[in-house]
Amino acid sequence: MTQIRPLFKREFLGYFRSPVAYVFLISFLVISVSLAFSRYGNFFKSGTASLETYFLFFPWLFMFIVPAVGMRLWSEEKRAGTVELLFTLPITTLEAVLGKFLAGWAFLTLGILLSFPMALTVAYLGDPDWGVMAATYFGAILMAGAYLGVCALTSALTKNQVISFVLSLAACAVLVFLGLSSFTTTLESILPVGLADVVSNFSFVTHFDAFTKGIVDPKDVIFFLSLIGFTLFLNVVALER
Amino acid sequence: MIAVQGLVKIYGTQRAVDGISFTVQRGEILGFLGPNGAGKSTTMKMITGFIRPDAGTATVGGIDVTADPVGVKRQLGYLPESAPAYPEMTVEEFLGFIAEVRGFRETVEKRARIEHVLTLTHLASVRAQTIETLSKGYKQRVGFAQALIHNPPALVLDEPTDGLDPNQKNEVRTLIKSMASEKAVILSTHILEEVDAICTRVIIIARGRIVADETPAALRARQPGARLDEIFRTLTADNASA
Repeated sequence: MTQIRPLFKREFLGYFRSPVAYVFLISFLVISVSLAFSRYGNFFKSGTASLETYFLFFPWLFMFIVPAVGMRLWSEEKRAGTVELLFTLPITTLEAVLGKFLAGWAFLTLGILLSFPMALTVAYLGDPDWGVMAATYFGAILMAGAYLGVCALTSALTKNQVISFVLSLAACAVLVFLGLSSFTTTLESILPVGLADVVSNFSFVTHFDAFTKGIVDPKDVIFFLSLIGFTLFLNVVALER
Repeated sequence: MIAVQGLVKIYGTQRAVDGISFTVQRGEILGFLGPNGAGKSTTMKMITGFIRPDAGTATVGGIDVTADPVGVKRQLGYLPESAPAYPEMTVEEFLGFIAEVRGFRETVEKRARIEHVLTLTHLASVRAQTIETLSKGYKQRVGFAQALIHNPPALVLDEPTDGLDPNQKNEVRTLIKSMASEKAVILSTHILEEVDAICTRVIIIARGRIVADETPAALRARQPGARLDEIFRTLTADNASA
């Protein structure tokens, strides 16, 4: 497992060796902040010293932005042929999967944490509940990991980055839409309520909502962590196939 | 050092590698010859543990590649075909990464390893350049440097002189020769003269099977007076009609 470190380092710094990192971080922050200030976010109108309106859009934003980070993880290696180099080095598939995933996750975490001026703004304007804010950040980071797990998996399935992006987007979209009330109502009309409940339980939105209200429910934490674990397991299987 | 026993790889209905067996001792340079698609690269990929054989075994230093792939990979230096490397990294960064994965984490030792292979492969002048800006010859040398960084007892080189100019080819051959005394080396090539120049033994494969396994001198003796490429053609054509 000590082999994860060099892999993590290469992958993480790799984002910064190309314009990818800067383009990503800047677009992410610009889009997320403008959404909060837009008429859909009502950052000021809401009149509360919280980042709820900022994080409101995260499940939607992640749907597009995490595939942009995750699509290259394996597709690029496969296309460039470096996957042959990587897997003839003394590392196991699991170590490679973990090293890459953790690097991508760390990068996303960096992006999320770089929204700290928003927190400072709120603190300047009012007296926010720091506990709620910490829970929200924690939830956002966990959710980013779950999105990334899905994207890393789809990236391992193809050497084409565009296909990888579209597949990730579709998979993430399903995981978001499952939790929308309009969608669950439709679902309840066809499926038994119990089953519809189970299905909507797989949504990112359902599990993220609690965090934005300051509730860190172990159920939600376990949901995201187990989704990460499951997708990484499939990732290993897909690569060893 | 390297022992291959009845290796088979099937792609669809095609037996890309069909029961190949041979051994390579330390001090030997085995030239792997064959037409395109004969199964050279596939065999090498199975020895290095990149793809799994459908039957048969390959062992390096007594370790079975299917049982302990990581153990085999530790002992091998492998130069894949066309020498893939991360284009956005500089030569030094790339070799640093390989050194770390190969277990040289301490700065002093890592530095020493990198310096050593940079000198060995004449890369010192481009050490700070990103790999994507390098010419083919330099890229090939980066691949070489990467394969040598841990001074492995066994080397597997897939077309090490492909795309190099005559001077660079000569340089690479000299380098391989100079290391051969304490290593087991397998190299694949299209170039028949290369066999004469450096190999101590030749294996010719066609359609996934070995059609000749002998010294270059014995290969020549098959048809006295004929050129090597004529002998090569006879051997590989025989197999095609059989």
